[in-house]
Parts: sequence; C-alpha cells; structure tokens
Amino acid sequence: MEFFKRTDPIAFMSQSMRFGVLSLILVVASWVIVAIQGLNYGIDFAGGTLIQVKYEGKAPLKEVRSLINGSEQFNGAQVNYFGSENEIVIRTKTSSKVVGDDVSDEAKKVLSSSGNFEIRRVDMVGPKIGSELREKGLMAMLFAIIGILAYVSFRFEWRFGLASVLALVHDVSITLGILSLARVEINLDILAALLTLLGYSLNDTIIVFDRIREGLGKLKNLELTDIIDTSVTLTLSRTTLTSLTTFFVVLSLYLFGGEIIKGFSFTLLVGIIVGTYSSIFIASPLLIWLKLSAREYQAREAKKLQREKEKERMRAMYEKGTL
Amino acid sequence: MKKLNYRLVLFALALIFALSVLLSGKRPTLGLDLQGGLHMLLGVKTDVAIKSRAKSIATNVAYFLDNEDIYYANLAIKDTSISFEILDKDDELQTKALIQENLGDAVETKENGLNFELIMTEQEKLNTKENAINQAVDTIRNRLDQFGLAEPTVAKQGSDKILVEVPGIKTQEDEQRIRDLIAKAAHLQLMAVDEARNTRVTTMSPEEASSFGDVILYDAKTKEPYLLREVPILDGSMLTDAKVGYDNNNNPSINFTLNGQGAKIFGDFSGKNRGKRMAIVLDDKIYSAPVIKERIGAGRGQITGAFTDEEAHDVAIALRSGALLAPVEVMEKRSVGPSLGADSIRASMFALIFGFVAVIAFMILYYSAAGLIANVALIVNLLLIVAVMALFGATLTLPGMAGIVLTVGMAVDANVIISERIRELLKEGKSITKAIEDGYSNAFSAIWDANITTLIAAVALYVYGTGSVKGFALTMSIGILASMLTAILGTHGIYEYFLPKINKNRLKFWFGIKG
Repeated sequence: MEFFKRTDPIAFMSQSMRFGVLSLILVVASWVIVAIQGLNYGIDFAGGTLIQVKYEGKAPLKEVRSLINGSEQFNGAQVNYFGSENEIVIRTKTSSKVVGDDVSDEAKKVLSSSGNFEIRRVDMVGPKIGSELREKGLMAMLFAIIGILAYVSFRFEWRFGLASVLALVHDVSITLGILSLARVEINLDILAALLTLLGYSLNDTIIVFDRIREGLGKLKNLELTDIIDTSVTLTLSRTTLTSLTTFFVVLSLYLFGGEIIKGFSFTLLVGIIVGTYSSIFIASPLLIWLKLSAREYQAREAKKLQREKEKERMRAMYEKGTL
Repeated sequence: MKKLNYRLVLFALALIFALSVLLSGKRPTLGLDLQGGLHMLLGVKTDVAIKSRAKSIATNVAYFLDNEDIYYANLAIKDTSISFEILDKDDELQTKALIQENLGDAVETKENGLNFELIMTEQEKLNTKENAINQAVDTIRNRLDQFGLAEPTVAKQGSDKILVEVPGIKTQEDEQRIRDLIAKAAHLQLMAVDEARNTRVTTMSPEEASSFGDVILYDAKTKEPYLLREVPILDGSMLTDAKVGYDNNNNPSINFTLNGQGAKIFGDFSGKNRGKRMAIVLDDKIYSAPVIKERIGAGRGQITGAFTDEEAHDVAIALRSGALLAPVEVMEKRSVGPSLGADSIRASMFALIFGFVAVIAFMILYYSAAGLIANVALIVNLLLIVAVMALFGATLTLPGMAGIVLTVGMAVDANVIISERIRELLKEGKSITKAIEDGYSNAFSAIWDANITTLIAAVALYVYGTGSVKGFALTMSIGILASMLTAILGTHGIYEYFLPKINKNRLKFWFGIKG
C-alpha cells in the first residue's frame, strides 16, 4: 500500500507566508487566552484536596453537593461527575497538615446519608509542595529546551537549533491555549504530556531537518527553498504515517485508558496534530526566515571536510614517517 | 564462508534475555496508583527538635551537676539558652570543666558571677535539624517495618522532606492506624511533680508555672492537671525495650526497660524522693503519677491506663523504635484504594492491547512483509521494556503504562523511516542489497538524532519529575533505548537473513510496492 506516490516536490515554501501568519495568529491568540482565562491548575500545582467516590449505581450529585456545602470542612468544594455517572470527585482548595487527620473518614461521615459508596482515592497536596512542583515543572521544561537547543545546534547548525526550539514554543503555546480553552485540569501528568509532545514534535522536525541537511550536501545546484520543498515532500509520507500510528494509539488511550489519564491523552492528541503541522509548515520556513544560506552552509561543510582530509593526510604522512 | 549475521545474533540475545527474565517470574513492581496504597510526603518541624534539644541539654546539666554534688538553683530554659546558678563559688572551675567535657561545642557559655548561661551554637542547631530529619526517617522506617506490612518505602527526599510509601493497604482503618503510628511522637518522659506548689495548680497560668521552671500537663483519662518540673528526670532516649503487658487489673499496659544510665538516674531519683510523686508522661499526657515508695533500681517501669490492645501494641512499637525528635506534618498525601488501582490496570491494558493491534495491523497492511518484520521488532521491544524494568526492580505506574502505550506508537517510527528510504531507493532502481544497506545507513542519522532529543526531554522529566511521572519518563527512556536495538539492529539482521530469498519481482510482497 502507498499513500504518497508523488515524487516531484510540492511547493510548500511558496505558501510559507500564509502558514506563518496563521501560526502567528494562533500563538498570539493562545497567549491571550492563557493570559485572560488562565490555566486550570489542579491540586498538584495549586494545592488542595481531591476525593474520588464511587457509588453503587448513579451518584446523587445534587444531594452530595448540598451535603458537602452544608458541612464545615468541605464548604465551597466543587463536586463533579468523574468518567461515569457512578463516580464523582470532590475538590477543595484546603489541605490538612496533621498526619493523623483522616479526610476520607470525614468525607464518609458527611456523605453517609447519600447511599452506598466507596472512597477510592484521596489526594492532598499542601500549598508549599504545589508551588514547588510548579517550579520543578518549569525547570524540567527549561532544561529540556536548553538541552535540545544545544544538541541540535551541535549536530546541525545554530539556525536549525533555534528553528526547532521556536517550533516547540509554537507547539506548546497553542496546546496550552487549547488546554486553557477546554478548561483541562493541569496536573503533573499534563506536564509529562507536554514534555512528551516536545520530544515528539521535535522528532518530526529533526527527521525533516535531517533530509534538508542531506539535501544541502547533495543538491548543490538547487536553491534553499527548492531543497526544503524536496526534503519535506520526501519525508511527508513518513511524517504522516508515524503521526497516524501515534495518533491512533493515543486515541485508544483517550477512549479506553480510563478517566484518570484522559487529560494526559487529550493533551497528546492536541499536541500530535499541532506538532505534525508545525514540522511540515513552520519549522522548515523558519530556516529561511532565520536567513540560512545554502551556499554558506555548503562552503562551511566543504571547509570542514577539507580540514578533516588535511588532518588525515598529515596523520598518514606522520605514520609513514615522512613528516 | 558465510559472514556472521551479528545483528541477528544480538537481536536474538536481547530476546533470550527478555524471555529468561520474564519466565523466571520477575515482574516490575506496580506503583501505588496501580496496586493501591498510601503515599505521603512529610515535612519535619525542626524548630521543635531544637527546643527539645535545649531541654535535653538542661537534663544533662542537671545530671552532671547532681552527680558531682554541685549545688545549683534556678535551672531554666528560655528558647535555645539554658541558665542556672551555682551556689558555691568553689565549684565554679569544676562546673566550667564539666560543661566543656559534657557539652563541648554544642553551647557557648556566658558567665555572670555565679550565673551561667549556655546558648546553643548555630552549628549545634544545624546538626540538631539534620539529626531530627535523619532520625525521623529511621524511626518511621522502623515503625513501619515492625508493623508488619509488605515493603514500605521510607526515604529522605531533598534536604528536609521524607517520602513514605506503603503499598497494599486494604482498608481505611488500617490506613488510619498507619498514619497514627507514623505521627506518634512517642516522647516518653519521667517528670517530678512539683509537690510544693502542686496544690495551687488549678489556679495557675502556664506563664506563672514557667516562671518557677514548671509546666502544667493533664492526665490522659481524667484530664486532671498536674504541676511538673519542666526539666524531666529522664526521657525515652534512655529506653532499651518496650513490650505490651497487662497490669494488675488485667488492662493492657506497656512495660519498658531503661538502659544503664537511665536505670541509675531513675534509681538515684527514686532513692532521694521517697514519698513524692513521679509522673509518667507520654506525648505530653500523664498516664500515671504514682507515689515513690522506695528506691527503684532495676530500671523498669510500666505505663498503664487508657489503652486498647491495638493502641498498646502501636505505642510499644513507637517507643521501641524511638521517639521522633520533631513532629512531622503532611505536605502531600495520596491514597488510592485497591479497586481503583485494579480499574486503572484494566483500562490501560485494554488501551495498550487495542493500540498495539491497530499499529500491527496497519504496518502489515501498509508495508507487507517489511511491516511484519517491524512488528517482530516491536514485540521484542515491549518484552525488553518490561524485562529491564523487572530486572532493576523499577516501578510501573499509570503514567508509565501510558509511556509504554506511547512507545508502541513511536517505536515503529524508526521502521517507517527505514522502510520509506528503502522504497525510495528501490524506485530509483537500486538493487535489493544496495537499497537495504543504503536505506539503513541513510535513515540512521535521522533516527539517532530524533531519539536523542526525545531522550533529552525524558531525562529532564525524570530529573525534575516526581512520583508517578518519574515512572513515565523511565518507561519512555527504556523504550527509546530498546527501540534502537530492536528497530534498527534487529530488523536489519532479519533482512540480512532473508536477503537471498528477496526477489525483485516480489516487491509487492516484501515492501508493499509495485515492482
């Protein structure tokens, strides 16, 4: 089977301005959304208590809400269905420091009149840990981005490094915008999903860049835009296929993986779409916008090659004893 | 002679390794989110530890002054300084020497006539803090070990936090008991009743009591107040054993034994204070205050009153494993019931199998035999991930399961890249051998760079992530490394093996394209 039989280059770069503008609008819109709407931090980052309760049969949401709001310690808590109508979660912003305090026991007492239920999960994060986790999350992002920038710059050239990082910022921004819009709760697993998406989207970008690097060496008489068009076209099949397989797998995770990892898989689903788009339409034109010159690159590579040859020649002479 | 197909050999070795690990019955440990259990991050109130260190310095001072028959008065503790007055000028030099000998660098001494003031040094405070945390880790570990649960984890995290993980808790009552056991200070003190002023205790304010060097504490059962000397006669640090026993009324009690020094202090004190009362105080509650009838030399005592069998059992464990120098407080707590864990395993397994079947079907449909070869590599990759985790005792968490599912999607990536390259070269009219060789070598740099960058993200996540997210980073990393072995080396080896059989006229069968 073959989806992409076409081998003559598609003129992606002639349309690059349009995609650039589209992306710019999306990124700025995402920032505005995040700035206005904010992110819906879950208890991992904001601190607080989460109680997951499963009822035998349908959970009496209204009754639970009135019981919870009538109680002293859970007053002001949010109560929502979780996954199915049998399960609910109760979220409060408060947490207790005392080791002996039993939140689930208190919840049990408060809810005792609402039917037969089982308390399946109690998560409690103190405010100090919340801010610490947020800090660590940012550090992880930063560390990953710097590491990637350094590695790609080392393996390719600084413009490739910068372009791939800008593409990453693009992906993360838009994904965060969508998360903010969809009011997805931001917990540690979302952070994990965002970092995975960094790695994933970068994967795609690197594959394309690798082809461009190869093209720069082989297609000496072509202009940069043509080299990029050729490279993107040649990798189009792979980019789409891998994105599809990954997308399907994550989709199955989203549909069947259970409520707890729904946010995680949703983030990845969004990220795969945005990441694939950016690898094809944004990362490569960025090379042009960053003023990568095919001739300069080739000249530098040629020089490098020459230096290596020179070194080899010297070594050969040295070994022969003629130096 | 035929060249050795080293790639296939390595691939086979990897498969044998994975199978032998898994067949020997080793499995990765399931995380708390999958098997249920209690996860807590505790903070230590180190300021309390410093205060109680000041107290124990005071006890020490009283002990060595008494021991040398130096008369003193007004022994008092204020924050982190201990003050007292010696009554005889002739004892001054010896007192100084005793302080130096017993306390060394722990305190800085200020003298004003016969008044001494001992101030805890900053270094001593730092040591005390450090000590309190390390001791809390050891103590909590001891207690949980003695409680008899399977493999609890207690570890210091960062500079001032303690991670406690207890898997396999079945009921909420058990969880409550475990948390009570962890939190129990188990601070045992034997304190003298201030008989001269005790009659006025009901009207006395804590400030007034403090001005006499006394403290007001209450009986655990009757809530009756007692006025006690603030500096204890001795404390639980001199305890060697604590066991559950029964008192004369057949109520559960805790029988404790003191070490040599404790027994001596206890003996001397009881010898000198006949007819007076001595309170047995556990965690600032008085359990009994018997009148001393005679000198008690054997260093044994009994805590009675207000205990059920279970409580006595837990208190004895707490006393045996030592007091917490400082109270702990919860900074993070996650408890997952066993039924939720089972649900999570079921759901993520289903997602894994579903995603796996979808990818395998797609690869065969799209690439024919080449897809089949990639699938073999994918299966070995999965086995390797699980085997490596099992071998190193790594923990499999729910995000970790998601990581494995994701690896399934991404691991075929390398084979997609390689297959696309081979197809391309075949279309250019290259021979089969050449197309495969060049396909692999051309694809290598892309796969390598892509994997390394993903690995960088995974490492960042592992270093800065906590708990279950670390599990995700771990499975991702192992998956990436394993895929380099299976998807690149493994499939290449398989192609090499089949090379003589691959026919240019059957490209449709081998690579899914028209010849």
